[in-house]
Amino acid sequence: MSSLGFECVNVRYGAQEALFAFTDQVKPGEWLCLIGPNGAGKSSALRAVAGLVPYRGIITVDGSSLDMRSPRRRAALVAYVPQSPLMPDDMTGSDYVLLGRNPYVSYFGTETKHDRALVADVLERLDLHEFARRRVGTLSGGEKQRLVIARAVAQEAPILLLDEPTSALDIGHQQQALELVDRLRHEHGLTVVSAMHDLTLAGLYADRLALLHQGHVVATGTAAQVLRPETLSEFYGVSVSVHHEPDGTVVVVPRRNTVS
Amino acid sequence: MTSSLERETPRGRAGTVWWVLAAFALLVGASVLGAMIGPAGGITAANWSIVWHIRMPRVVLAGIVGSMLSLSGASYQGVFRNPLVDPYLLGAAAGAGLGATLVFAYGRTATSGWPVDPLPLAAFVGALVAVLITYVVGASFGGSGLSLVLAGVAVAALGTAIQQYLLLRHSDVIKEVYSWISGRVSTATWSDVRLVLPYVVVSAVVLLVHRRHLDVLRVGDEEAATLGSEVRRIRLVVVIAATLGTAAVVSVSGLIGFVGIMVPHLVRIVAGSSYRRVLPLSILVGAAFLILADIPGRMIEHGGETPIGVVTALVGAPMFIFVLRSRRVPA
Repeated sequence: MSSLGFECVNVRYGAQEALFAFTDQVKPGEWLCLIGPNGAGKSSALRAVAGLVPYRGIITVDGSSLDMRSPRRRAALVAYVPQSPLMPDDMTGSDYVLLGRNPYVSYFGTETKHDRALVADVLERLDLHEFARRRVGTLSGGEKQRLVIARAVAQEAPILLLDEPTSALDIGHQQQALELVDRLRHEHGLTVVSAMHDLTLAGLYADRLALLHQGHVVATGTAAQVLRPETLSEFYGVSVSVHHEPDGTVVVVPRRNTVS
Repeated sequence: MTSSLERETPRGRAGTVWWVLAAFALLVGASVLGAMIGPAGGITAANWSIVWHIRMPRVVLAGIVGSMLSLSGASYQGVFRNPLVDPYLLGAAAGAGLGATLVFAYGRTATSGWPVDPLPLAAFVGALVAVLITYVVGASFGGSGLSLVLAGVAVAALGTAIQQYLLLRHSDVIKEVYSWISGRVSTATWSDVRLVLPYVVVSAVVLLVHRRHLDVLRVGDEEAATLGSEVRRIRLVVVIAATLGTAAVVSVSGLIGFVGIMVPHLVRIVAGSSYRRVLPLSILVGAAFLILADIPGRMIEHGGETPIGVVTALVGAPMFIFVLRSRRVPA
């Protein structure tokens, strides 16, 4: 289990500051979910950890800076599931998941028996073995998403980043994908950071939420602490009602303003 | 635990072996045909000499050129993730063409006494310089695959424009230049083969080493980077190797088009898009294709030669369209 630390992390695209002085400490095994309106800086924070955008500040894994790591070393620590992964249609499921072993294969080498056995094992455990020989192009959106998560699992990185993992999925597949992540996090002790739009789902699965607005963290805490009607109204500009279920689930429901 | 993966992987490898064997058989067949077909027939000592000194060099050179252009084309398609890319993408053809035109326009009489023909050297240097300019320009505005392609378009346009201006000023060499551009292996000698072979071997080895990396790049620059690939370094190494090989074969054979796009496509259609198969198979099928394409040129015109570049397009284009129609192309 690994911790992920952000110390005063700034990301800018040209003159525009996308993330400003982001500071957080994600505990080992914790699931932090970044929420906030479009352009709030959620993806920028994830992309900084994944090494896809330059940043100022310090990002640490177990206390040591990620900056110094080569792409291979970084990939062994951090697995990233992008919002819309590019999946070659004619690649088989097992070949796709095998890409997750890339950080462990030397430049001139090729995947070993161990890599292939591990991929077979991941597919088996994630109930995806039937997709091993199927071409990725023949799979549905939900099946593809599970395969991308399987690739991240094969990467054996202690930190899993998910950028809008459910935005393209129907409600059933949303649940399936998030349940899978939740299970993996408990089985493997993964530390998870996700960016999500669905506030109810975010509160349901994450241990902690951080609400971003124009690159600043404006609220952080449990679902009950962050998902309050006045907070959401201020930063999303929406009117919502928030229901607290007996089991602690916080349900955010948009309110209709027009009078019929 | 015996999952389907463990059962299937060995078969997948065996499948590759069968495809390679089939492609190798095709290459051997093409070479035999290439050596046998032509004006001289019957086994006599004189004919044997014709076969060895005239036909065999052109068969071998056609094979080398075809395999190098196909391998470079497939590798370029991999690093730029675009199936419509050919080895001339970054200006290699325009640069080689300009270099050759310069020699024809200014250097033919001045260099007639030289022990070494400056034409291949000029084409080789022209191709390398053009791609170098493309890379420097492309890197100055981002260095992504797209910026390199755009820079290549600009450099190619510039090179072609200069070449056309030179041709208008020196219209006496137009025929020679066009004959060179159309490509030929008919004048091949063993010394041509010795000239290009070292470059081709080095280039091919480097490209083959990168076939696994090209498979990783299929998920895009960003995802490949998060999977631990140093995308820019891989692209640079592959482009250098592919350009070196392309420039070497272009310098002796002229600009033979279409092979670098068509052969990798045909290979993908039968053997799938994994570069672990596409690269080695492109070498074998590319060689066989160009050896076969060299045969009709000897027979179409009596006493003359139809340029091989014309034949590859004339024969290749309809064949390509036919195959594309009969099978859906994998992306």
